Amino acid sequence: MAEFSTSIINKGDVSVINLSGYLDAHTAPTLEDNFTDLIDQNKFKIVVNFNDLAYISSAGLGVFMAYIEKIRNNNGDIKLTNMNDKVFNIFDLLGFPLLYEIFKTDEEAVTKFNESSGVGSK
Amino acid sequence: MRVVELAVNKKNISELIVKSRTENLSLIRDFVSNKASAAGLSKEDIENIMLSVDEACTNIIKHAYNSYPDGEIVINLEFNSEKISISIIDHGSTFNPDTVPDPDLQKYYKNGRVGGLGMYLMKTLMDDVKYISVPGEYNKVLLSKKINVA
Repeated sequence: MAEFSTSIINKGDVSVINLSGYLDAHTAPTLEDNFTDLIDQNKFKIVVNFNDLAYISSAGLGVFMAYIEKIRNNNGDIKLTNMNDKVFNIFDLLGFPLLYEIFKTDEEAVTKFNESSGVGSK
Repeated sequence: MRVVELAVNKKNISELIVKSRTENLSLIRDFVSNKASAAGLSKEDIENIMLSVDEACTNIIKHAYNSYPDGEIVINLEFNSEKISISIIDHGSTFNPDTVPDPDLQKYYKNGRVGGLGMYLMKTLMDDVKYISVPGEYNKVLLSKKINVA
């Protein structure tokens, strides 16, 4: 049985979801619950770290699509980090890099959030 | 679950029969990965085939069986020195692949819903994808990929 798990840590007002294992049609609801919980708590600045993700299918990709508009409508974003070549390739085939910012590290993504909120508050 | 293996005329044939449940996707991927490794495919090819079969089976579970958990999915994998072929059969509702449009990310963005991504991935990652439907009897997806010996 392939496993999938997530853990969430806060970096300032940014929530970082760490993905681990296999993200498919069976495990996608776990990640959906994470997004729903964060949105319920009005946490719209979300970084998703792919470092320990071994596999993603289109059911997993669909999760990112399901919440992105609501999150951006609330001045938030989903930024993606630490993606290996294999996972990036699947994102790329489907044109996702046009819609999502992808960073090498969580720090870069968090910095980007902080810069944008600085601009927004002026 | 049932696994059958045969070696006929230098062709290697394996069969996996599972119920239409998403919890079986990992079992399906392991089956494909193990068999495709024996075919001498590159790691990248194996991963692409594994993903394509996952996508085909996910579509069967969600659409052909409409998440009914006790439908049967029969996966046949065979290879020779040139080609690996996988057929996936279900007895769920008939489906016309021509009605599935290519993915439109802008539309998904607006609707928050995706569709057709799996089929697009299959077509992109495999050399050939065919659908055969006999209404009331079965649907069959045929996937194949040439084996490039390095």
